[in-house]
Amino acid sequence: MATQFYVAPEQMMKDRAEYAQKGIARGRALVAVAYTDGVVFAGENPSRTLYKTSEVYDRIGFAAVGKYNEFESLRVAGIRLADMKGYQYARGDVAAKSLANAYSQSLGAIFMGGDKPYEVELLLAEVGELAGLDMFHIRYDGSIVDAHRFVAIGGEADAVRDALEQRWEPDMELRAAVRCAVESLSTVAGRDIPAEDLEVSGLDRNRQRRRFFRLDVADVAALLVD
Amino acid sequence: MTALGDLVPTAFDPNGSSFVETMRRAAPEALPPVLRGDLPAALAQQIVHGTTVIALRFAGGVLVAGDRRATSGNIIARGDMRKVFPADDWSAIAIAGAAGPAMELARVFSIELEHYEKVEGDPLSLEGKANKLAGMVRANMSLAMQGIVVVPLFAGVEAGTSRGSIFEYDPIGGRYRAADHAASGSGSIIAKQTLKRFVDPSSDEETATTLAVEALFDAADDDSATGGPDLVRGIFPIVTVIDAEGYRELPESDVADRVDTVIAARVARRPIEDPER
Repeated sequence: MATQFYVAPEQMMKDRAEYAQKGIARGRALVAVAYTDGVVFAGENPSRTLYKTSEVYDRIGFAAVGKYNEFESLRVAGIRLADMKGYQYARGDVAAKSLANAYSQSLGAIFMGGDKPYEVELLLAEVGELAGLDMFHIRYDGSIVDAHRFVAIGGEADAVRDALEQRWEPDMELRAAVRCAVESLSTVAGRDIPAEDLEVSGLDRNRQRRRFFRLDVADVAALLVD
Repeated sequence: MTALGDLVPTAFDPNGSSFVETMRRAAPEALPPVLRGDLPAALAQQIVHGTTVIALRFAGGVLVAGDRRATSGNIIARGDMRKVFPADDWSAIAIAGAAGPAMELARVFSIELEHYEKVEGDPLSLEGKANKLAGMVRANMSLAMQGIVVVPLFAGVEAGTSRGSIFEYDPIGGRYRAADHAASGSGSIIAKQTLKRFVDPSSDEETATTLAVEALFDAADDDSATGGPDLVRGIFPIVTVIDAEGYRELPESDVADRVDTVIAARVARRPIEDPER
C-alpha cells in the first residue's frame, strides 16, 4: 500500500478551492436578472444544443457554468428530485430552496471527500405565483447565497456583478432586462456579443404552469436592436 | 455518494430519461401498484370502473371525449368523473377500466413526458409517446390477469401540426394505430358503431364534436355503465381537441349546446305512438 503523505487540512482545502476556481474562471460568465414578470438568464454560449440553462420544474429554472459533464449530471439529478417530489406531494410543494440545499450538500460532500472538487457554479431561480423571485447561487464548495435582484456566476463574475450593479433597475420589462444582462456581459468581455452567441432563457410567471421559456436567436436579436 | 444519491445519472443508462424507471430505482414504494403490478386480488371486487371514452380525427387534428360515469358493480360510483386528461401540450390520454389505477397511469404518463422533455431538452415524437404508454400498460400485466384492467386511448398531433394520430391499447400492452376513430371501455362497441358510420377526417371541429356527443349518447343508451348527459345536474361529456394550436378542453357551455342539438334531433324523431298500446 502506498504511503499517505500528511497534508495539513488548511492546505488541502486551499488547493482544492484553487483547483475549482481555476476551472470555473476559464469559462464565460452567466447572469440572472430580475424583471417585472420573473427572471432572465443570459450567457455567452455559441452552442445551439448544449445549453447552460434549463427548466427544472413549473416555477424553477437552472443555470450553470463550469465543466459541462459535471453540471449536466447535477441538472438531471435536480429534475429527477423535483419530479419525484412533485409526484409524491403536490406540484406546488416543489421549492427551489430544498433543491438548492440538496445541491449545496452534494457539492459540499464532493468538495470535502471526492477525488476532486466539481468545477461548477450553479444558479437556481424560482418565481412566485403572483410576485417575488428567489435566486440561489451555489458554489463549488457547497456554499450558498441567496439573491433577489441579479446574480453573476462564472469567469470574471465580480466584474460582471459590478457592471450589473450600475445598470440594474427595479421593474424592468423583458427588453430592458435582456439589454441590462447582455450589456454587462459585453462590457466585461470588452466586445459586442452577437445574438448568435447568446443563450437567453428565463422564467415568466404569467405563463401557464410551465413558466420556463427560451428565446431563439431572432427573438434575442429583436430585443437588442433599437 | 452525494446528497443527490441515487438520482445522479450514470453514463449510457438506457432509462436515464424516464421518470418511471428513476422512481423504480430510487423510491419503488412510491410507485402506484398499476406500475408495480402487485395489488391483492381480494380488492379487485371493490374497484371502481370508468366506462366509455372515444377519439376521432377531423380536419384540424383529433378530438378525444369521454362520458362522466364510474361504476362499482351495479352501483354508480361517480356521475362526474373525468376520464380525459392532457398528456402534454400536444396529446391527450383517455382512460377506461379500473379507475384508480387508470387515473394514476394518466398522471404518471404526463409526468413521464414532461420529465423526458426536460432531461433531453426536446420532446418525444408522437410515436415515441405512444410506445412509452404501451410499456406502461404492459407493466400492469399481472394486475390485468387478476381482472384489474387498464386500457387507455392516446391521441395527439405532431407538435405544431394538424397531423393527428390515435392509438388504441389492449390490456397486455398491445398498441394499435387507429385509422380515424377508436373507443375504449364498456360502451365502446356501441360508440364505435356510430363513429364508424359517420366519422370523416375532413370534417370541421363542430361536426366532429356533434358526432362525439352522438356516439357517447348511443353508448349511454345501450350500456348501463356509460352515463348520458345529466340534464338535471348539468353534467356533460368532457370533449377535448388537439389541433395545431395544441391541447384544449371545450368549455362546458359549448358541449351543452351540442348536447341540446343532438337531443332535439332525437326528440323530433320520437315515434308518435306506443306500438304496444
